[in-house]
Amino acid sequence: MNILMGWGGRIRGLFADNKGPWGPTEDGGSSEPPSSEDKGGPWGGPSNPPRRRRGSLNTPGNVTSFDDFVQRSRARFGGGGGAGGGGFGRPDRPLITWAIIAFVVAWLLFTSMHVISPGQRGVVTQFGRYSHTLGPGVGFTMPSPINRVNKIDVENIRNIDLGASNTETLMLTGDQNIIDIAYSVRWNIRDPEQYLFELAQPDETIREVAESAMRAVVARVTLDQAMGESRGLIESQVQEVMQRVLDAYGAGISIQGVAIKQADPPAAVNEAFKDVTAAQQQAQSYINQANAYATQLTQKAQGEAAAFDKVYEEYRLAPEVTRRRMYYETMERVLKKVDKTIVETPGVTPYLPLPQVQKSQPQGANQ
Amino acid sequence: MIAFLRARPMVAGVTALLLLFILFSSFLIVPETKQAVIVRFGKPDRILGNTTAGINWRIPFAENVVWIDKRVLDVDMDRQQVLSTDQRRLEVDAFARYRIVDPLRMYISARSEDRVSDALRPILGSELRNELGKRRFAELLSPERQGVMENVRRGLDRVARQYGAEIIDVRIKKADLPDGTPLQSAFDRMRTDREQEARSIRAEGAKRAQIIRAESDAEAARVYAQSFGKDADFYEFYRAMQSYETTFIGDGNERPGATTIILSPDNDFLKEFSGRSR
Repeated sequence: MNILMGWGGRIRGLFADNKGPWGPTEDGGSSEPPSSEDKGGPWGGPSNPPRRRRGSLNTPGNVTSFDDFVQRSRARFGGGGGAGGGGFGRPDRPLITWAIIAFVVAWLLFTSMHVISPGQRGVVTQFGRYSHTLGPGVGFTMPSPINRVNKIDVENIRNIDLGASNTETLMLTGDQNIIDIAYSVRWNIRDPEQYLFELAQPDETIREVAESAMRAVVARVTLDQAMGESRGLIESQVQEVMQRVLDAYGAGISIQGVAIKQADPPAAVNEAFKDVTAAQQQAQSYINQANAYATQLTQKAQGEAAAFDKVYEEYRLAPEVTRRRMYYETMERVLKKVDKTIVETPGVTPYLPLPQVQKSQPQGANQ
Repeated sequence: MIAFLRARPMVAGVTALLLLFILFSSFLIVPETKQAVIVRFGKPDRILGNTTAGINWRIPFAENVVWIDKRVLDVDMDRQQVLSTDQRRLEVDAFARYRIVDPLRMYISARSEDRVSDALRPILGSELRNELGKRRFAELLSPERQGVMENVRRGLDRVARQYGAEIIDVRIKKADLPDGTPLQSAFDRMRTDREQEARSIRAEGAKRAQIIRAESDAEAARVYAQSFGKDADFYEFYRAMQSYETTFIGDGNERPGATTIILSPDNDFLKEFSGRSR
């Protein structure tokens, strides 16, 4: 609508420029004041640029104010401006006409030819009404005020992050625990017409739907599931719910994926959660120690049993001899290393100086 | 005509402009995203709605246009505290999506979309509170939420119809425990839950360690018994020999204290000492 009015303004401007001659220039025979009363006045020196921009007379009120201005300035500068204005105006006219023609041609060219890049679609509306969609490549339409083209990027996958990493986004899980979760949603436009025409605030809608879907899904699982094994499942369920809801809105949006970046216990209870992990480690270390002990013990038992079995095999071949042999060998080994005292005379109770015996022990040990 | 134009350029210019202005203001471009209610002298006359996007005509000056959004709009509710039947509080943030399906009714009853949203917002809040207030806390978190939302949607839709709107969807955006005591006690419960879990994990580990030790003790005893039980008498002797060695010499790992042995000639070891003839 605005564009149209602008266009209207331009057309009017065009007309006025062409018909500029109605004013002062063709009527040059008449006296000076009429020329200043029309828009010839502004041509005079300093007020030239505004005239070009505005194109033509705007409202009568404006003209009179211009009039006043011109008259006042003329009074100040002694009326020289009028003659100068005529001098500038004549050579300008064809140039302006050509410029306008060039502008119109360029306008038609630029607004009717559209280059749509591979990831885009051009949604064409004719006077606001949807007409058709241009695929990638060069497409031609009617020029701007009639047809307008809205280029929409359909391939580009957009990303929304929810639950920033530095703030907590707490959600209630199904077992009434609280989880701190951060995730992102990737989406693109599946249907550019729907995207343009169906939702008042598409981005905001996607965000809200994502938040709602995530909460609905998290509310169905336990905290442990949400933090661990079910993350993949949650992601796909959220995606599914979002897609269903957005389709119900006719949003023309395709959810490409949901990624849970973080699913942790809230900071307030994090210590306790870490302690659980520590407890698991500790329990495992208890078990490891016990296993080490068990291995050692059974190996020792097996070793001793095997040694006994070997000796016993020998013993069975010649029990009495083996027994004696073992006895003497052991006694040899033992008595070789210790201090020995033999008390022979029977009937005599010898005086045994125990302190002295004990004093001699270190010497014995040294020998 | 030309002569007239030449004679009265100002009048001609103004007239041309006026005609142009009338021309432009008598047609109306309806974009796909809008619907328009044409109001003739204050009285709604016709609707340019779903199928009439594009160029339309109107009578300049006599007919005014009221633009109404055709797209899906939203009502964002303020946070509500909901009390469940088991007296627990939940802070709920919800939104509804609606579309204006009867622009004329909407224009008559509310005049603008914003006022529809304003009118629906408190009703959404109270519908939600009523509906959620009938449930127990656990149910608010469970899949049953879907049914709850459908009830709220229906309730809100009844009201929205009076404004020419249709509620497409009502969804809970947030459902949190209120700050302060409820949140803190939830944290406390989570913390104690975990403490309990940690303790039981440690106890479980200790228990399994103990069982492993006992099993290995039993295993060792079984191995010993199987082997040594073949000849208890020889084992007695064999073990005694080992024991003497360990006691008096040491087992290689550590030396025992130095020992002095006082032997009697009656000792079995010395029985040959005094000569076999005796």
